[in-house]
Amino acid sequence: MKLFGERPVNAGDAAFRLIALVFGLMVVGLLLVIILQLTSGAWIAITTFGLGFLVESTWDPVAREFGALPLIYGTVVSSLLALLFAVPVSVGAAVYLSEYAPDWLRTPVSFLVELLAAIPSIVYGLWGVFVMVPIVRSYIEVWLQERLGFLPLFQGPPYGLGMLAAGLILAIMILPIITAVSRDVMRAVPDTQREAMLALGATKWEVISRAVIPYARSGIVGATILGLGRALGETMAVTMVIGNRSEITGSLFGLAQTMASAIANEFTEATYDLYTSSLIELALVLLGVTVLLNAIARLLVWRVGGGPVGGRRE
Amino acid sequence: MRSFISQSRGFNYWRRKATNTVMSGVMILSALLTVGLLFAILGYIMLQGVSALSLDFLTQLPKPVGEPGGGMANAIVGTMVLVAIASGIALPVGILAGVYLSEFGRNRLGTAIHFVTDVLTGIPSIAVGIFAYALIVLPMRSFSAIAGGVALAIIMIPIVTRTTEEMLLLVPGSLREASLALGIPEWRMILRVVVPTAGAGITTGVMLAIARAAGETAPLLFTALGNRYWHTDLWHPIAALPLQIFTYAIAPYEDWHAQAWAGALVLVALVLLLSVAARIVGRERYIR
Amino acid sequence: MSDVHIHRGTWSGLAILGLITSIIFVTIGCTSGATPPSALDKGSPGGAASTSGQRASLTGAGATFPYPLYSKWFDEYRRSVDPNVTINYQSIGSGGGKQQITQRTVDFGASDGPMSDEELQRAPGILHIPTVAGAVVIAYNVQGLDGGLKLTPEAIAGIFLGQVKKWNDPLIAAQNPEVRLPNADIAVVRRSDGSGTTNILTDYLSSVSLDWKSKVGAGTSVNWPVGLGAKGNEGVAGQVKQLPNSVGYVELAYAEQTRISYAEVQNKAGNFIQPTVRSTTAAAAGADIPADLRASIVDSAGADAYPIAGFTWLLVYQEQTDYGRGQALVNFLWWALHDGQKFAADLSYAPLPDNVVRLAEEKVRSITFQGNPLLTVQ
Repeated sequence: MKLFGERPVNAGDAAFRLIALVFGLMVVGLLLVIILQLTSGAWIAITTFGLGFLVESTWDPVAREFGALPLIYGTVVSSLLALLFAVPVSVGAAVYLSEYAPDWLRTPVSFLVELLAAIPSIVYGLWGVFVMVPIVRSYIEVWLQERLGFLPLFQGPPYGLGMLAAGLILAIMILPIITAVSRDVMRAVPDTQREAMLALGATKWEVISRAVIPYARSGIVGATILGLGRALGETMAVTMVIGNRSEITGSLFGLAQTMASAIANEFTEATYDLYTSSLIELALVLLGVTVLLNAIARLLVWRVGGGPVGGRRE
Repeated sequence: MRSFISQSRGFNYWRRKATNTVMSGVMILSALLTVGLLFAILGYIMLQGVSALSLDFLTQLPKPVGEPGGGMANAIVGTMVLVAIASGIALPVGILAGVYLSEFGRNRLGTAIHFVTDVLTGIPSIAVGIFAYALIVLPMRSFSAIAGGVALAIIMIPIVTRTTEEMLLLVPGSLREASLALGIPEWRMILRVVVPTAGAGITTGVMLAIARAAGETAPLLFTALGNRYWHTDLWHPIAALPLQIFTYAIAPYEDWHAQAWAGALVLVALVLLLSVAARIVGRERYIR
Repeated sequence: MSDVHIHRGTWSGLAILGLITSIIFVTIGCTSGATPPSALDKGSPGGAASTSGQRASLTGAGATFPYPLYSKWFDEYRRSVDPNVTINYQSIGSGGGKQQITQRTVDFGASDGPMSDEELQRAPGILHIPTVAGAVVIAYNVQGLDGGLKLTPEAIAGIFLGQVKKWNDPLIAAQNPEVRLPNADIAVVRRSDGSGTTNILTDYLSSVSLDWKSKVGAGTSVNWPVGLGAKGNEGVAGQVKQLPNSVGYVELAYAEQTRISYAEVQNKAGNFIQPTVRSTTAAAAGADIPADLRASIVDSAGADAYPIAGFTWLLVYQEQTDYGRGQALVNFLWWALHDGQKFAADLSYAPLPDNVVRLAEEKVRSITFQGNPLLTVQ
């Protein structure tokens, strides 16, 4: 296999290339080692439960039954909820930044959005517990229940904690990444597209909805999936607001638990091998899903950007 | 050509104009909401944090449960130590891997590594924690700063690699060719010309990676564990700011809540300073 | 906008960063040992031992139940007994304490649910050293109800089974004619982590309710029929404090420190007992103590005994693997069994009864390094 460029090499170059190659391979090795290690740690659970692990709904350390379905439910629903809240807002904000904002405003606002992405998850958790959850409990859930309480979606006592709170905090956390990436792909839409529409007398909104967004669509989908990947793997903030109960309630007010929060809560104290192993299998499942989603997202974003970001050499 | 305009001033015109206005409003609102949230969160942390922040907080050890006062000095230092260990591992690996990708990676293997690196940035941090626990804590029979540092390093490596690659790719080919034409070997050309040229950009990436690592909590739960005192050496448990904030936040004591806010303020200040500094160093290039 | 013009940056940017990093690294590595009086642990070479003045740093993890007392103990011990011994204790839950001592990642574990026979098989040679006894209180947050709630065993079992759903349920109201109970849903808060506190409560519920015994059982983590999970005694207390109409179970010290109301519970003799140090002591005094000290004191027969109480233990290996640390540990244990006991009552824990102290002393004396007893203080 051709591992390097085409230039002839002397001894120093050969050594340097080799060193660089080793470090490059290290990154790949890292992912492989992590996957291998988690797989071997999860082996007892994998062989004991097989595929049942993913579809059984009892997570009972006392009875030694480990079915991850309630945790998968908690993870997937809270993340989808987060997308539901976050995607419209972030795409809106991205359109504003890319199409409306004057230059003097664009840079500082983009910058602020990226700062939002830098705030650590534990800080969101702290804010969630002391500020957001009381608001959700006393206002949002009460309001929803008074008006829509007949729907199964809004039943159960309003704890404040639970699926809704988890969805909201995740939405806030993934807003910046979706906004930032979507804005980038919109900026990548060639101006000729916009100019053609404007020349036909289209309004600004028509330009956006018929030229910019369709052109950037797969990039926006990619950004959304990146956000989803982030939401699925998020641990601390969710653990602090979701209520930590392995149950499938079907209500937004219901308490739930995600795979990541189950690991955070139970990993140091799993008192027998099967238990530890089951938690590691959770991590493996989570890793698998996020790796897959990330792979898809990157491919989609690359497609709009015309190849890997930064992959062109001028 | 005039298809839109020809129907001008009719009902359709006003409908289109109204839609345009409404949708513009929606976009502006979305942007306001996003930025507003940032200010709401930062403002609240500032408000709560400043009132709890004191000299004691920055210089004292935590007090026993229920006794007032004390601080998080050990946790602040602990976070710096953890980040230092992580950087010590992640910077050489990340930068050299980035050099490979940019300088020698124009082939299948390079594309594959590039792709894996991207994927690695999205790996759940809790899984990294389990990995470091099994890799270091269990064999060494102790929770340790090293284990925590390794976990954070794994989170930093892909960020450093990707930014290094992107920054090196921005260095114009003419610069490389000019150097080679002077008869310098390729490796010296890369180390003395290409990397220094991109130095500011790489520094930006490094700072962003550090900012990310400093705020991570989940991977430290099973590795650094936390410590009520100063750490003794790197093979023993160490305190970390995010861990301490977590412990204090879920506790029932008002005093601890106040300290958690102060801790959050310190952490956010640290992370935001790094991010802002990174932007300034990197000028208009920014990196995810 | 590709910036081709960033030439001025040389290696210096990176070099400075690397320099800063290594400075932080090095200074902290050295100074943190120097600034605090007693932190530097030069990995005390096993066997090279003059007993006093040897620096040791121990790590322990486990139960949250005695954490307020333990954090006081470790602080006090370092301050006034042996400044060379630093004991870092992390309250990760009893399940965690058992697991981590089994894996030998800590010097001692702590649990208020004893290790089961099966768990002991995975970690042969572990001793249970009781430290204090404590009461698990039924803590609640009901508007306008600041104490004085009386609960029968049936009511408690009903609440945690999810059968008693409202605060004004007849099962609760019957015993509390004088208080106005709201027609509100009961929000049950329970532990999300493996917990000795859970073990004590579920042990109690299993002994008073057949329904509980058959449906849920006892253990450090159980499959809860209802309730939202919170981490640690801290988490449950925090959650009960925040959440209106909630009920949870925490160690007495947590309820006292955070001024959460808690219920009087009807004991085996039929009396409603306020959980206090005295009523916990009464429960501990009446206990049968087996040779391995894994005693349960729930549902005690004493007329004044609070029924939901338990011992809490430190878990240590009988054969230590490091001389210096083993010795520091043993000396601390001895201190805890004697001088340490006087701190208990202030923090709402019950000191060990004398007979239990005698038995525990024997265990501490039996701890060895390479077959030689480690205890030096008497």
